[in-house]
Amino acid sequence: MRNFADLIRKLDSTTKTTLKVKALAKFFENASDEDRVWTIAILSHRRPPRPVNTTLLRKWASELSNIPLWLFEESYHIVGDLAETIALVIPNTESHSDKSLSEYLSEMIALKAEDDDFKKTYVTDHWRQLNYYERFVFTKLITGGFRIGVSQKLMTRALSQTTGIDEDILAYKLMGKWDPNTISFEDLVLKEKASDFLSKPYPFYLAYGLETAAADLGAIEDWSIEHKWDGIRSQTIIREDHLFVWSRGEELVTDKYPEFHPFATEIPNGTVLDGEILPFPDKAIGTFKDLQTRIGRKTLSKALLEKTPVILKVYDLLEWKGDDLRQQPFVKRRAILKDLMSSLSSKDLPIYLSEIVECQSWDEVAKERDRAREMRSEGLMIKRKDSTYQVGRKKGDWWKWKTDPLTIDAVLTYAMRGHGRRSNLFTDYTFALWNANGEELVTFAKAYSGLTDAEFRKVDAWIKKNTIERFGPVRSVTPKLVFEIAFEGIAKSSRHKSGYATRFPRILRWRQDKKIEEANSLQDLETLIPV
Amino acid sequence: MTKPLLVFNKNGIFCEQANVYLDPWYPVDRAIISHGHADHSRYGHRKYITHHTNVLIIKHRLGPINVTGKAYNETFVINNVKFSLHPAGHIIGSSQIRVEYRGEVWVFTGDYKLEDDGVAVPFEAVKCHSFITECTFGLPAFKWTLQSKVFEDINHWWATNKEDNQTSVLFGYSLGKAQRLLKYLNTDIGKIYTHGAIENMTEVIRPMVDFPETTRITKETTKKDLLGNIVLAPPSAHGSTWIRKMVPYVTASASGWMAFRGARRRRAVDKGFVLSDHCDWQELLTAIEATGAEKIICTHGYTEIFSRYLREQGYDARTESTQFEGESSESETKEEVDKAS
Ligand SMILES: [Zn+2]
Ligand SMILES: [Zn+2]
Repeated sequence: MRNFADLIRKLDSTTKTTLKVKALAKFFENASDEDRVWTIAILSHRRPPRPVNTTLLRKWASELSNIPLWLFEESYHIVGDLAETIALVIPNTESHSDKSLSEYLSEMIALKAEDDDFKKTYVTDHWRQLNYYERFVFTKLITGGFRIGVSQKLMTRALSQTTGIDEDILAYKLMGKWDPNTISFEDLVLKEKASDFLSKPYPFYLAYGLETAAADLGAIEDWSIEHKWDGIRSQTIIREDHLFVWSRGEELVTDKYPEFHPFATEIPNGTVLDGEILPFPDKAIGTFKDLQTRIGRKTLSKALLEKTPVILKVYDLLEWKGDDLRQQPFVKRRAILKDLMSSLSSKDLPIYLSEIVECQSWDEVAKERDRAREMRSEGLMIKRKDSTYQVGRKKGDWWKWKTDPLTIDAVLTYAMRGHGRRSNLFTDYTFALWNANGEELVTFAKAYSGLTDAEFRKVDAWIKKNTIERFGPVRSVTPKLVFEIAFEGIAKSSRHKSGYATRFPRILRWRQDKKIEEANSLQDLETLIPV
Repeated sequence: MTKPLLVFNKNGIFCEQANVYLDPWYPVDRAIISHGHADHSRYGHRKYITHHTNVLIIKHRLGPINVTGKAYNETFVINNVKFSLHPAGHIIGSSQIRVEYRGEVWVFTGDYKLEDDGVAVPFEAVKCHSFITECTFGLPAFKWTLQSKVFEDINHWWATNKEDNQTSVLFGYSLGKAQRLLKYLNTDIGKIYTHGAIENMTEVIRPMVDFPETTRITKETTKKDLLGNIVLAPPSAHGSTWIRKMVPYVTASASGWMAFRGARRRRAVDKGFVLSDHCDWQELLTAIEATGAEKIICTHGYTEIFSRYLREQGYDARTESTQFEGESSESETKEEVDKAS
């Protein structure tokens, strides 16, 4: 635990990716196999079920720190993280724990079955005995959700440095369902087993925004054009009569889309589809707003399912008859996909093919792009016909060519009160994008229109609860909300901190489906500059 | 019912009997000033009264003003109201302001802390009936560690950065925090460089406090000069072009807000040291108890939460809104920093 808490402290005390990876790699090197597995599990959000409910934790913490419960709650509200609040309010000690991370986790798993008195003694004894950082980590393990600026990618990179196993292969191994309590490091990381792969998705291949004029891509004959759908990127897996739907955030969302459940029996086993989940109200593609009514809902009412059904628009086939097709050329994968889709056509399933648009020239491509609004798409995807399915965001073979206006997903960082009838609401916002290493948010634009009054009220209430600091009329807020910002033009500018000036920035919509990690970077912004 | 001795009006904290304001935020005839931070000592008053040490500081900040200096514990009477200044321990030259009329005593703290930082004259509790207290860090989540431990960490951080061939850039407000940091930096590790805003302020204070040697960063300063050494800079220098000169560098911030993990990430500094010139939760409670006051008025900070807690403890506590700003932007205006860089 001491080592793990030390690792968390190190990760916490740098914003530099290389140092984070170094700290992780060093930890992996020295840790026991059990601790390695648990660390991977925790950093990839696979924590054991919560052994104690948070209501009890709050009560015990307020007792132990000798403050009334309401005061604890207010503090929690301001600190924003339960484990951190608990670690802060409980009296300090300098002592250390010699128990290992995996010992703690075994204890916590066993703790779930115990009665409340036993739990209370276990938890409060540890709070008293652990120093600040260990107390924080200990409580974090109970409450779950470690967010310490370490993406799965960084962890994989560190693990790759320690084990010498290729990063992409590791990413694949660590995906999907596995139980840190039963799996060994050998089985998880070092050895390969066929049965592990039932639910495992492939890493997504992501496109870059087009950086040059489309015509500069060369002969049109080499490229395949389709619309870029505006839904949730997902991977749908049918293996051994089981269905698994993964979202791009590497989340298993099968339960959220009951419409797709018939796929398990209707689509042949050994099939993995890459496609977009799209809202389909009134038998036509809806807007992203429609889809938002489905995102984040814990229970899906019948009425909601009827009002906003979803479909899967498929555009690629990654596995067929159990074979990994990713090294096959795109056109070949599409040919098989097309056959599969026509074999399904009589079955009335909510699955559709994302059609290839036949274009004889780049002019025709541009014209098709102008139809994006009418098609309810975000623009076009331009894929090289012989492209393999690669891992992560790679340049060269796949490009997205979005429609105007230029849009980018940015994080809300500062807010100011509005003017006139909005002077009692925080409606003037400052937005930031990630810097090159994805570790720091850099201010890039201010915008104050584009949301409905109801949305402004909602965001205003959120801002008041999530203010970090006040600077006169301006408040800095916890970076948490992502908005799609539209603007008419962009140019380099030395007067702006980000290095770019945007023209007429405005809020296009609140991306409640996106986490700040998914917001765009300054590099993404750079790609929007017309050449 | 008689009028309270001190009231909060649109200009600031007002003593009608003496026609005097305490730390007013709009221009008034006569102002008693607790300390030199920009949110407490503003431009435009006709007459300033403050501690002798602070006279030098606010003259430096505000230019030629009409100001009278007083010693700690020196009583001065204005229209039968007795005033005196008492050490607040916040920054050098900071005072609590005691106001007495017909046997009734009020104390306004300005900003304060209880730990003796070795630069400011340490806080002294003053008995009173009504106590107007700041509560910038009035939440039980704030618990400071002894500064000796914090400075050990800071010097260790500097030494480690030096080993890694990096320049250390440490952010702290030009008045108060910067000098407190400066006082305890270990010059066995390397040289101390300063941003112009900090150097200017330190020059004012140097005659009164024994500080290690500093070197002002100028256009002539090279990266090579700075490498491995430490740079003291105001927080607003972060992200400015000025700081590019330090490459390769590591940044840290010293502030009470660094107690929150999120604050450090949001400021995008590599390291956060929890070091504040304000009271933590327990210090506030200790100070209030020591005054013996029954009436407590909470100004800037977590006022609602803190006063509710005090009421539960049996105090007659309420809040008043002011234009004091706490540790976020108190020490200098942006223009003051820009001018000096
Ligand atoms: Zn102050
Ligand atoms: Zn203040």
